[in-house]
Amino acid sequence: MGTVKKFLYLNRTAPYGSIYAQEGLEVALIGAAFDQEVSMAFVDDGVFQIKAGQDSSGTGMKNFSPTYRALGDYEVTRLYVEKESLEQRGLTVEDLMPLTYEDEEDDYKEKPSIRIVDSTELADILARQDVIFNY
Amino acid sequence: MLHTVNKSPFEKNSLRTCLRLAKRGSDILLIQDAVYAALSATEWTEMMMDAVNEHRIYVLEPDLAARGLSRDRLIQGVKTVGYDGFVELACRNDPVQSWL
Amino acid sequence: MKFALVVNEGPYQHQASDTAYHFAKAALTAGHEVPRVFFYHDGVNNGTRLTTPPQDDRHIVDRWSQLAQEAGLDLVVCVAAAQRRGIVDPDEAKRNGKDTDNLADHFRISGLGQLIESAIQADRLLVFGD
Repeated sequence: MGTVKKFLYLNRTAPYGSIYAQEGLEVALIGAAFDQEVSMAFVDDGVFQIKAGQDSSGTGMKNFSPTYRALGDYEVTRLYVEKESLEQRGLTVEDLMPLTYEDEEDDYKEKPSIRIVDSTELADILARQDVIFNY
Repeated sequence: MLHTVNKSPFEKNSLRTCLRLAKRGSDILLIQDAVYAALSATEWTEMMMDAVNEHRIYVLEPDLAARGLSRDRLIQGVKTVGYDGFVELACRNDPVQSWL
Repeated sequence: MKFALVVNEGPYQHQASDTAYHFAKAALTAGHEVPRVFFYHDGVNNGTRLTTPPQDDRHIVDRWSQLAQEAGLDLVVCVAAAQRRGIVDPDEAKRNGKDTDNLADHFRISGLGQLIESAIQADRLLVFGD
């Protein structure tokens, strides 16, 4: 086969209120094992998925937010967050989990995976994909 | 690129986000409850008239008919397609993004 | 052209499964291929043979089964999502100590890898959801 496709996981739903965020993350992690070019985008309420400090203990639901930290180990190192969506929700990058990856081409330096992009940049990123999954 | 939207703009932000993130000249197909976005004389008509100038806007005809709406209620420049037209749009465009 | 379809909502509750079905039919009629339909999230509920809609309504589950039989579609229900929602085939029922199974004809239960694989192999992936 040898085909490498660009896969983008586009997250637009908040966590806990529905299962899309959690099951979407499961797809991204499985997909990372297939040697494709994988990235994720967080748009609209999807930005709440990576809000720091989640504690779901009072709801009895599983706190799956630590799993996002594993993405770097699976070589999912491009997490695009749309600037407009953050601003609409009164959030800044400091409100988000500090998600990082180790850059093997740069002496395994720890680098941030989160990239804030505006809607024009994100529109270009979307148009360049081969496959877009949305959750 | 083909964008499909399936939500009424009166209820969800899917269409608004689609229009924010669609590059000029995209094909946008309104299906299911998104067909309401193509009606003339609503609070979304102005936004959609701008969208018609920037993109090619299509409505899935069976979803329109199911909801008791006819073509003469649509904003000028919006085209209707059947499922065969939906398939053609998906063939012509790569990738396809579903705004849910 | 090869289409991979994903259905993320259950039958009757949401139009997603209906639209996906009509898309698949139209694609096949036009001479395209739909090698696989993957059912995820509540979409796994499209694969229960216990569904019994009123007679004057469409039978969404049977309709998928028939299309699979006629056109050779591979209808795959995600195992993790199915386990959460109680959709089981005989093997899964046995493994988890359940007293019955409910997977419909021409559906099979498999992993998320099948979704990724079909996205790699297809020319287009279309998601039908809520």
